[in-house]
Amino acid sequence: MISELLQASVIIGILHSGIRLAAPYLYAALGETVAQRSGVLDLGVDGIMLMGAFSAFYVVYETGNLWLGVAAAIFVGILMGVLMSVISVTYQAEQGISGIGLYMFGLGLSSLLFRVLIGSVEGISGFKELPIPVLSDIPVIGDIFFDHSILVYLAYVMVLVIWFLFEKTTLGLKVRAVGQNPEAADSLGVGVNRVRYFGVIFGAAMAGMAGATLSIDLLNVFQDNITNGLGFIAVALVYFGGWRPLGVLLGSLLFATVSSLQLWGQALDIQLLPSDLMVMLPYVLTIVVLVFSSGRVRQPAALNKPFERSG
Amino acid sequence: MSEKSSRSGSSRRLTADRLFDALLPVLATLIALAFGAILLLFLGVNPLEAYGALFRGAFGTVSGLTQTLAKATPLLLVALGICIAFRAGVINIGGEGQIILGAIAASAVALALPNLPGILLVILALTVGALAGAFWGGIAGVLKARFGVNEILSTVMLNAIALQLMNFLLRGPMLDPEQIAAGTNVPQSATLPLQVWLPRLVPRTLLHAGLILAIVLAILVYIFLWRTTIGYRIRAVGLNPSAARYAGIPVKRYMALAMILSGAFAGLAGAVEVTGIHHRMIEGLTGGYGFTGIVAALFGKLHPLGAIPASIIFGGLLVGADKMQRTVQVPSSLVVAVNGLIVLFVVASDYFVRRRARRRGREVSETETSGPPRPAMDMPQEGGS
Repeated sequence: MISELLQASVIIGILHSGIRLAAPYLYAALGETVAQRSGVLDLGVDGIMLMGAFSAFYVVYETGNLWLGVAAAIFVGILMGVLMSVISVTYQAEQGISGIGLYMFGLGLSSLLFRVLIGSVEGISGFKELPIPVLSDIPVIGDIFFDHSILVYLAYVMVLVIWFLFEKTTLGLKVRAVGQNPEAADSLGVGVNRVRYFGVIFGAAMAGMAGATLSIDLLNVFQDNITNGLGFIAVALVYFGGWRPLGVLLGSLLFATVSSLQLWGQALDIQLLPSDLMVMLPYVLTIVVLVFSSGRVRQPAALNKPFERSG
Repeated sequence: MSEKSSRSGSSRRLTADRLFDALLPVLATLIALAFGAILLLFLGVNPLEAYGALFRGAFGTVSGLTQTLAKATPLLLVALGICIAFRAGVINIGGEGQIILGAIAASAVALALPNLPGILLVILALTVGALAGAFWGGIAGVLKARFGVNEILSTVMLNAIALQLMNFLLRGPMLDPEQIAAGTNVPQSATLPLQVWLPRLVPRTLLHAGLILAIVLAILVYIFLWRTTIGYRIRAVGLNPSAARYAGIPVKRYMALAMILSGAFAGLAGAVEVTGIHHRMIEGLTGGYGFTGIVAALFGKLHPLGAIPASIIFGGLLVGADKMQRTVQVPSSLVVAVNGLIVLFVVASDYFVRRRARRRGREVSETETSGPPRPAMDMPQEGGS
């Protein structure tokens, strides 16, 4: 039974879908990293993802244009980000609670729109695999890494983009400054709240992308609560990754591979544990990971603290 | 003399301000409903028709009203727990999981001891349910106190784990033997013994004695938070953790305690649902109460007595949403979206409360101490402290 899992083709399959499944985690968690580095904990990621997933799916369902779907998801993500920043940055709401409000809003609204505008579970044809010439011909490696859809490749490119943002650009420096010491940043003339608006809205746009990746690439379907809490795991991955893009990459790959292992186990009907208990695994793992990462890495000092000029 | 008159003037303004503060959640709710109405217009639905169906369904008939009160019961219990947690500055998002654990434990006890006399079994089932919820909340509390794990994330994960645990139990160990025999395998437990069913307050309706229990507990929680040392410390920890630490209060321990108590109330809500409404463990038993309870608690300004009317209002919204879906075919998820907006607007409206408190503090800082300018949840300073 277990030996089936050890066949070369199965291992390649597990790793291949691990790389693929990591994409939505990457988009959502990288975006959340930017928001949190700017000092805002956006817990509404799952709600934004749901809205992004619905918007992308609906546009593709109506027009068949995949890139228009992606644009719609990003646009709706930005709108959700604006809502979140007005509430959490301008009105300085307790971020843990406003995030839950945003989540409920996205959960309810995506379900409402889905039921009114589409009504039943339909399929679409989403993004196709785009094997990279030459590289995809490499045995094993090519199969695992270079035979994916464009949204999956782009998710990995974003790791580098975010790394570059933080390490090499003035904007990234400002984001880090307002999350670490907003008073000092303010005294140097950095518009703290403006930078935080950028962090939250950018993060929300990425969450919209994460949703689109689910609904028009990985699953090609939309239904109520299609994310199933994936957005919350993405927030946990930011903690796991120590607020660094490469850490987030590592965490996303770990999670996606565990999920992939569980899916393949189910498909091949290999019962290491009852399947309901196997499904628990990623969540248990998240808690374990949080235990080990909490206190190991220091979080942005001003995370979850609204900024107000004193005096 | 002039100082005296200005002080009496400021105290009059204080009362008016407090009234305004108490009305802010109502205002936030009306704005959220207005947003919902605009949304419905865009979707080509007549908002008056939808909201009319909603409110008639919730409050317009005796059967609707009893259903509303029946739904208000678990909401109130969850909201009481949320009051305790949020007052201590810990955010318990784990209501759903704690309800599930409470319901599982209460059902298991009632099914395991079918020969115990009624009152004893009821007390036992409810207690075990509360303990199970306390355990589930306590995991998050202890992880926060001991390892600094963010309780928001851990409770979300514990929700997912509890859900899978329930799926597993209801398809295996707890599956009703009659379902197995009939081969239908509907995931639910066997019917609980008759003597553990909570008495119905109005015959042939869902309204059961759990409502009375919940209201009594609301009063007790109020006394606990404002008239006992432990309650005072819990609030002190939430208002200003560093001052509380300076005063010698073991902050982390009290945060964990608040989480345990919060979980106990949610667990009790689960136990009350199985003994009062369903008389067995079923899937979908939580009905989103873990989240809606947060909305109700915020609406009631995190005050246990405020949570009573708030729970009735939000119980009504849930009942009305189902009726609306059946009569005018507007999906009940509208209410989830509106609830989300209510949360957003209520937490945002605290900004005005804080700003005024700060201004007031500046004006009268020589004679009165101002409210703490904590950027987190606003804590109204009423309640005879």
